[in-house]
Amino acid sequence: MWKFLLPFAAFIGLAVLFAFGLNPSRDIHALPSPLIGKPAPTFALSDVLDPARTVSNGSLKGQVYVLNVWGTWCIACREEHEELLAIAQQRVVPIVGIDWSIDHELKERDKAQQWLQQLGNPYSSVAFDHDGRTVIDWGVTAAPETFLVDGGGRVIYKFISPMTAEVWQKEFLPRIAAARRAGA
Amino acid sequence: MKYAIVALALLACQALALDVNGQLEDRALQMRFERITHDLRCLVCQNESIADSNAELARDLRRQVQEMLVAGKSDDAIFGFMTDRYGEFVRYSPPLELKTLAIWGAPFAMLLLGGIIVYRIVRERSRMPLDDEPAAGP
Repeated sequence: MWKFLLPFAAFIGLAVLFAFGLNPSRDIHALPSPLIGKPAPTFALSDVLDPARTVSNGSLKGQVYVLNVWGTWCIACREEHEELLAIAQQRVVPIVGIDWSIDHELKERDKAQQWLQQLGNPYSSVAFDHDGRTVIDWGVTAAPETFLVDGGGRVIYKFISPMTAEVWQKEFLPRIAAARRAGA
Repeated sequence: MKYAIVALALLACQALALDVNGQLEDRALQMRFERITHDLRCLVCQNESIADSNAELARDLRRQVQEMLVAGKSDDAIFGFMTDRYGEFVRYSPPLELKTLAIWGAPFAMLLLGGIIVYRIVRERSRMPLDDEPAAGP
């Protein structure tokens, strides 16, 4: 009897496995961020526009904010810049930028200043991560990455890829509203 | 000319990524550094370890591993630092835990299953009459 049931059971097993594995709506490159639900890594870096100033996320405690990691060497960051400007116009939340310098030779700070002057500045402030330490603390693998931090200072969402109006509408705005309700 | 080609070929075999900060002075630390960086996945180019990758992120991660080693951190602390930030996925050999049991157990389970199948087939065959013996009778 079990000799006939065994192939059948094997078939069911494979079918379940494939249903998960070959599901087209599953993004195989998406990695769960261990940061979600955890306190946001703190940083105190110099301001990209004014090196004498310090940009820290400690002062944002109690506020919902968006943190965007970018760099002038990152083509996808150029792509999302217009969208970030549009989002900044809505004045829903402050957007804190981290300018990720990947190489000392590249004069990232100069280029970032130029970038912000020429293309417009969507950020409330931009921290300059000169050696990638803060970016590593945030578990960033490739810019641009955009995080959402709630009023309790916890990371509640992370989006990898250039920001789009659709993602902002669908993923960010509802979470911002929910975070504010929970915080109020 | 011949030697130049050989030298070039040998250079080509050096797949290790080059670092500006160079090797650690302490040999034991350097060996731990090699072992740890070979066990960490470079998340920019997911099929390379951070020891092999030339991506900027891999270079920065190597520097952090080096610094932690010099600061006297244990292997567990260094792996913990990485998994806290990038998740278990950064490790090529994840620790044996309840949720990783399937990964570690699957090869043994398959070996056992295959063994049982082979054993049953062999036992069944050994009970069959030998068909290469000359048939009895005229």
